[in-house]
Amino acid sequence: MAYRDEERDYDDIPGTYVFDGRRSRQGYHLNMFCMSLLDERNREAFRADEAAYLDRFPLSPEQREAILERQWSRMLQLGGNIYYFYKLGACDGLSFQQVAAAQVGVTEQEYVDMMVHGGRSIEGNRSRRESGGSRG
Amino acid sequence: MAEIIGGVGCSHVPAVGAAFDKGRTEEPYWKPYFDKLPPAREWIERMAPDVCIIVYNDHASAFDLRMIPTFALGVADEYPIADEGFGQRPVPTVYGHSDLSWHLAESLILDEFDMTLVNEMPVDHGLTVPLSVMYGHREQWPCRIVPIMVNVVQYPPPTGHRCWRLGQAIRRAVQSYSGSERVMVFGTGGLSHQIHGERAGLINTAWDHAFLDRLVADPEAAAAIPHLEYLREAGAEGIEMVMWLVMRGALSGQVTEAYRASHVPTSNTHNGLLLLEDHGGPAVPAVHR
Repeated sequence: MAYRDEERDYDDIPGTYVFDGRRSRQGYHLNMFCMSLLDERNREAFRADEAAYLDRFPLSPEQREAILERQWSRMLQLGGNIYYFYKLGACDGLSFQQVAAAQVGVTEQEYVDMMVHGGRSIEGNRSRRESGGSRG
Repeated sequence: MAEIIGGVGCSHVPAVGAAFDKGRTEEPYWKPYFDKLPPAREWIERMAPDVCIIVYNDHASAFDLRMIPTFALGVADEYPIADEGFGQRPVPTVYGHSDLSWHLAESLILDEFDMTLVNEMPVDHGLTVPLSVMYGHREQWPCRIVPIMVNVVQYPPPTGHRCWRLGQAIRRAVQSYSGSERVMVFGTGGLSHQIHGERAGLINTAWDHAFLDRLVADPEAAAAIPHLEYLREAGAEGIEMVMWLVMRGALSGQVTEAYRASHVPTSNTHNGLLLLEDHGGPAVPAVHR
């Protein structure tokens, strides 16, 4: 059995994508594209022609589409790491909580309200068994 | 002989830095958090460290996926403020202590902690936000700063136990330094938070306080917490709390909890602040000699 197929003890935590070697391998170019946006000249080139800029990176067709369509949860599923793909959010002028809300599937206001009221409870969120099988 | 006088545990939430830089600390959202800081600032003023060793993680600023050191020690005399995509934070330049850093490098590596040594390293909010929290607005920081960067972005980070033992090795190293510096050690990051996926927004204050209690009174028990428990109970990004164990490991068995404060929310995070005064004592001997 290959490394990538080994089961992990954290795989049962719902709604959580631990950035391990499996995801790092899958998302390397997606994340390094995001990293390139730390440079203002690259941000300008990306904004001027997003598709042409993405040609510089050997992305999968799915990763490319997720970036162009700003599908944040899909980026996560395709190996993206939040510290990297938020650089794309920042380039778009989005707040961190807007990107977080998009991954949760709620509005920014709903997300902010949840945090102001103490955040998401741990109860029911420790494992998929406890939470009744929500994906993650 | 240089001495370690205490430890600071401090979250490093970027939004705290932004609120601080933009003068929003009196706004209703931020005021309850910032109102908890004056006792910490008075304490560090009184403790007056010459050097702060700041254990923090880089957030894809100086390092990226091309190269992922588990422990990196800054050995420079100066570290620029990172541009994290919004321009540099308007905070003073971070001046290092190259002589102490190279002593640490030699001592730690010969003590079997294989540090990556870094001469050029922009420092991001992971390091600068705790400085703002503890020192407020300054023309320049009143201490030299030695950065120790811990990978917590790429799983797996070093274990809590390894971090705890690195802290002990830092104590041995500082106590064998010929200078007379008074050294404060910062462990940063945490407390509970998760900032990705459908479970984003997770907060677990009960677990966090139990962790802090153990960190103070029974640090070996805290050091034994496995990664799975952090991921599950404190959120995937809450695993940053292993860095607080480096700080605690660098202190002696004789500590007093000078101050503890916490607040929910600062953006997505249960924000924690813990100040420990060290009453001295010899370092734990190295086990491999």
